[in-house]
Amino acid sequence: MEHGSVEDVKQHLRKCIMVFVGLLVLTVVTVAVSYVDIGTSGNIVLALIIASAKASLVGAYFMHLISEKKLIYSLLVLAALFFIFLIGLPLFHDADPIEVS
Amino acid sequence: MQIPYTVETRPDTGLHNSKLGIWLFLASEVMLFGALFSSYILLRINSPDWPAGHEVLNVPIAAFNTVVLISSSITVLLAWGAVKFNEFKKFRLYLGLTILLAFVFMIAKAYEYNAKFSHGLYPSTDNFLGIYFTLTGLHGLHVVGGLVVMIYFWGPGSGMFHSEPKHFADRIEVAGIYWHFVDLVWIFLFPVLYLL
Repeated sequence: MEHGSVEDVKQHLRKCIMVFVGLLVLTVVTVAVSYVDIGTSGNIVLALIIASAKASLVGAYFMHLISEKKLIYSLLVLAALFFIFLIGLPLFHDADPIEVS
Repeated sequence: MQIPYTVETRPDTGLHNSKLGIWLFLASEVMLFGALFSSYILLRINSPDWPAGHEVLNVPIAAFNTVVLISSSITVLLAWGAVKFNEFKKFRLYLGLTILLAFVFMIAKAYEYNAKFSHGLYPSTDNFLGIYFTLTGLHGLHVVGGLVVMIYFWGPGSGMFHSEPKHFADRIEVAGIYWHFVDLVWIFLFPVLYLL
């Protein structure tokens, strides 16, 4: 995108403005669904799904990841794997807790 | 000696230095925030009485701040577009709006913190407030970092707009990518801390 033509940039910005509107709508949805009681787990899962959808839109269009180079994708896959491991670490704690007598 | 690949892209990767550099930096940022989100999960699943965020925190202000950050993301993109279209006045306008929105975010955050402190709620009060202040404080520091960079590009650094427009467009794009990451982190912080 960095060396795209003026017309390419204009087209990209038009898409970004649509994404911006979508993000505002999803923000309203995030707040609205938090008031719907579908159980703690249900609310957490739903909120994270909406947040992930918003984050994907920001990454794909605002950060230009939709048309990025292969090396950047490889870098992000590596970061994502370590991130998943980090987020999963508390599960190890649950699987093998230290019993206090 | 000229540093290679500051504007032109490397033939093997198709990237210039600043683009690769910012993504390497953001990969490390993913780990930084990832460690804190992991700590949040550990604290939450092991706490017998974790409070609902909306009972302790101010949801309308946080929702307002979400809109402010998303808006600042689009204005920084428009500033980058203005550089591409060689429109200096529009560039100053859109980047100026981004800076203004970042200040609005920080003022709302300061109001929120002040309200907590005036009610005797500190990071040391309990685990929820501890992780709330740590995560939002670190995020706030990133907003301040972005502000410093954008103020530089709006003011003293803007001379490059006329002397090296391609290089300047790349700099604004890279600063924008960082700014969108700050927005992206907030997109997760808002529901995790305030709504759940």
